[in-house]
Amino acid sequence: MSKPFKPSVKLTDNHVTDESIYLNRRRLLKSLGFVGASALLSNPANAAGWFWEDDKEKAEAFKTQALKFSQPEKYQISETQTPEAKATSYNNFYEFGTAKDEPVKNAQEFDTSEWTLKVDGLVNKPLTLNLDDLTKRFPLEERIYRLRCVEAWSMVIPWIGYELGALLRAADPLSSAKYVAFETLYEPKQMPGQRNRFLGGGIEYPYVEGLRLDEAMHPLTLMSVGLYGKTLPPQNGAPVRLVVPWKYGFKSIKSIVRIRLTDKQPPTTWNRLASNEYGFYANVNPDVSHPRWSQASERRITTGGLLSRNRIPTEMYNGYSEVAPLYSSMDLTRNF
Amino acid sequence: MKLFKKPVRVSNLTRRCLKGFIHLLALGYLVGLFYAGVTDNLGPDPVDTLLNETGIWAIHLLLITLMLSPLAKILPSPEPIKFRRMLGIYSFVYALSHFATYILFELQLDMSLIATELVKRPYIVVGLTALILLFALTITSFQKIRRNMGKRWQHLHNSIYIIVPLVLLHFSWSQKTIWQEPIWYWLFAFILLFNRIKGLVTTALKKHARSKNRKHATQT
Repeated sequence: MSKPFKPSVKLTDNHVTDESIYLNRRRLLKSLGFVGASALLSNPANAAGWFWEDDKEKAEAFKTQALKFSQPEKYQISETQTPEAKATSYNNFYEFGTAKDEPVKNAQEFDTSEWTLKVDGLVNKPLTLNLDDLTKRFPLEERIYRLRCVEAWSMVIPWIGYELGALLRAADPLSSAKYVAFETLYEPKQMPGQRNRFLGGGIEYPYVEGLRLDEAMHPLTLMSVGLYGKTLPPQNGAPVRLVVPWKYGFKSIKSIVRIRLTDKQPPTTWNRLASNEYGFYANVNPDVSHPRWSQASERRITTGGLLSRNRIPTEMYNGYSEVAPLYSSMDLTRNF
Repeated sequence: MKLFKKPVRVSNLTRRCLKGFIHLLALGYLVGLFYAGVTDNLGPDPVDTLLNETGIWAIHLLLITLMLSPLAKILPSPEPIKFRRMLGIYSFVYALSHFATYILFELQLDMSLIATELVKRPYIVVGLTALILLFALTITSFQKIRRNMGKRWQHLHNSIYIIVPLVLLHFSWSQKTIWQEPIWYWLFAFILLFNRIKGLVTTALKKHARSKNRKHATQT
């Protein structure tokens, strides 16, 4: 008698592929593929990468540290989290390369030890925080947020940080302040995408972003210094980044060196590059499609291969409906 | 310019082995990709990796196919031409896998989404047009059909010179900025096709001039 049929294994978070196996994927692809012809045809930087990659992999990885934080009930959601190995190796961070697997490879030597974050502009008490201040000045809490990329994929990530509002209140904004402008580090020596336009997509650096002051003060708006219990790795925006969960991911600017309060709407990088595709507000909105693709649904990246049906409907404001009053008088089709 | 004085030839056995090797690589890689994708060993987002790999290799194979006739002239050798059909068909197979990945795993058979995306999004329309043309070239690649079609076969297969820019436009348009990988492919394709496009244009012009002359002659 044959044994009764057992259904295939149900996958849970415990079954996440080990990171080292996952990182071997590239090598597997290469050994399967026709390496010679590809090296001939792909661009010189890539072609060179085939030979140098081994040395790079030997380079010491960026060190992250465990953080102490509280876990407020309100922000512990039950949705399946994206495995850490995926959230830290599938990144849009053009300063370290335009392909999503490039930042994790190119950012490991990123040095944040001399970091300063300035908060100035229309404030009574301009601030300068150093690396230590970033994780010690304000009490840290963990918040599990959905992250919706404008490219119609999403993740669920446990961030660690504090409300941007707490930081801004410490600087004491003037009553004339209406907007907040953010700026990423500009240091071509450390960021290859800023040195080479073929690596960095030819966008204008430094990367800049902005929020209206009431958006910035909203309790959901987070200054993040860590994820999955540890400080941020460079590909995710070390040492400090913004997380605005109801807006498309590109609003959540990484590796911030300056926060300036202004009375005028500040320019933002993607809007400057293609204003018909990326607006200043960039609120997640299933009814306003990107000119090149629909935003009505998204693919949630967790675990499971090709056959997992991970396309889910996109929710207005990425499901954070509590921010709706911020936009009550606005036409969101025009102000996308 | 010619690399060898006498035409280069290989034995039937060598040619067969080489073809077998190409089949093994092209099919093996495709099967390997799908297998790794289904078992979640294709990176953080298997759909994204599969879309990129099938797409880029469809382009690589297309460009390799187009390199064969200049190679035949430079060597000189009749051999490269004997691999042209096979590699061209593999380019179509990869392009079809790319499209299938988009429909099955990216849009996940959401019919209303498929309907709007295929019609409304210009870069998808451009890619689909190229795929349909490649399909036409593939089904007319049998010797029998080729002989039956006579002169029209060459006309149809000249559409490869339209397929290349369509495919590269689809590639460029799918990126978020201009200064990315596709730039190198445009450059390579331009160098590869420059002489042939020049040739096509001059013959077309000559033909036009001749027919004009004839008309002129009959009138007088």
